[in-house]
Amino acid sequence: MKTIAVIDYGMGNLHSVSKALEHVANNQRVVVTSDPDVIRQAEHVVLPGVGAIRDCMAEIRRLGVDKVVQENIASGKPFLGICVGYQALMQDSEENGGIPCLGHFDGHVRFFGDPLLDEKGEKLKVPHMGWNQVKQAHPHPIWQGIEDETRFYFVHSYYVEAANTDQVIGETRYGKTCHVALAQDNVVAVQFHPEKSHDAGLQLLKNFAEWDGKTA
Amino acid sequence: MALAKRIIPCLDVDKGRVVKGVNFIDIRDAGNPVEVAKRYNEQGADEITFLDITASNEDRDTTVHMVEEIASEVFIPLTVGGGIRRCEDIRRMLNAGADKVGINTAAVFNPDFVREAAERFGRQCIVVAIDCKRVSADGEPGRWEIFTHGGRKPTGIDAIEWAIKMNDYGAGEILLTSMDRDGTKNGFDLDVTRAISNAIPIPVIASGGVGNLQHLADGVTEGHADAVLAASIFHFGEYSIPEAKAFMAAQGIEMRL
Repeated sequence: MKTIAVIDYGMGNLHSVSKALEHVANNQRVVVTSDPDVIRQAEHVVLPGVGAIRDCMAEIRRLGVDKVVQENIASGKPFLGICVGYQALMQDSEENGGIPCLGHFDGHVRFFGDPLLDEKGEKLKVPHMGWNQVKQAHPHPIWQGIEDETRFYFVHSYYVEAANTDQVIGETRYGKTCHVALAQDNVVAVQFHPEKSHDAGLQLLKNFAEWDGKTA
Repeated sequence: MALAKRIIPCLDVDKGRVVKGVNFIDIRDAGNPVEVAKRYNEQGADEITFLDITASNEDRDTTVHMVEEIASEVFIPLTVGGGIRRCEDIRRMLNAGADKVGINTAAVFNPDFVREAAERFGRQCIVVAIDCKRVSADGEPGRWEIFTHGGRKPTGIDAIEWAIKMNDYGAGEILLTSMDRDGTKNGFDLDVTRAISNAIPIPVIASGGVGNLQHLADGVTEGHADAVLAASIFHFGEYSIPEAKAFMAAQGIEMRL
């Protein structure tokens, strides 16, 4: 049986991610693990994460997850980063006074700002918490069956600003233009929580579970 | 493109059943929490909140199993409050599948708990529940005080100052309940909701007193709430979630339809 490995590095709530994947997986088992061998043998890999980036990056490095991520991305298998698991793939984050990240994607993780204002000059709450629309900036297999500008569930105080806009497949406006989904080759990463985004989120996870990692 | 305001049905759970008190006291049965949660999920609720009003520890195990069962079928954010006193309680609920926990009394007696919890689990999952009552006389500028023990014990703490402090300590969100209004169906206390929402950068969920759909809309437009929470108007079938969303959207409120 094929395997989807959810990388466990002790940060956050992996229950929701694994339960949602189990719900959509077809003849695939879902394993929550930190074992490099199990992850190496999996056909699909998910890097989730919640909490502060400093703690996440510290655990990622302490457990050798950085090397596991690198190796599995290089192998060409479908790889999905979620929330802080997405931010960890950028070059660095402004959170916790500035933290170097894994640098898989060029670009930075920036603070929303205080105050954060909308187009009319009204104050927006931070964290960006709740259901916001995602504009599908480029087509990608994970958007299959999901309408453009569908709402997904977000919780974050820092947002990704990618250097290469060709990699941006999803954008959301919240005071700033946030790059909320990036993709390159076999890697896709999203800021929102598909595992908490009802039908649209489950569809995205199903698309990922069925994806072969190729975009052409 | 804008962030939607949220509608959050709230399930007060006692010994594995959904109940709803009036002014935190009278109790009426509203069904099996798993069934109720699934129904709200299908109706398009934006989140679901459980308040575990069970007193004893063995009954709390029932709540953990209930959260596990719901979390494997309901894929929207789940908040669990009630009886959260230590980091182990938070860990247990998160492992069961909750996304956020509500901390209430424990925050009042030990504010550092909020700081510790936010550092350990991330502030996105720490909801500080504030139960307050208006203590100013009619005609005076509004003053609200924090009450504990289901609204019976005053603490002398000013609700607005407390909300500011809880934001500083790492709360990711405030669940604000007016104990004067809870169960009355007279609408939210809009004054305290607006005062707190305007005073802090984090989202505020208005709670307590919803009797009709206009009350929900007022919570957002007049109370400046980011989310509105209600129990009985949904539990007893007076209104459905889609009706509530359509009503609010018709008043120009950004909703997820």
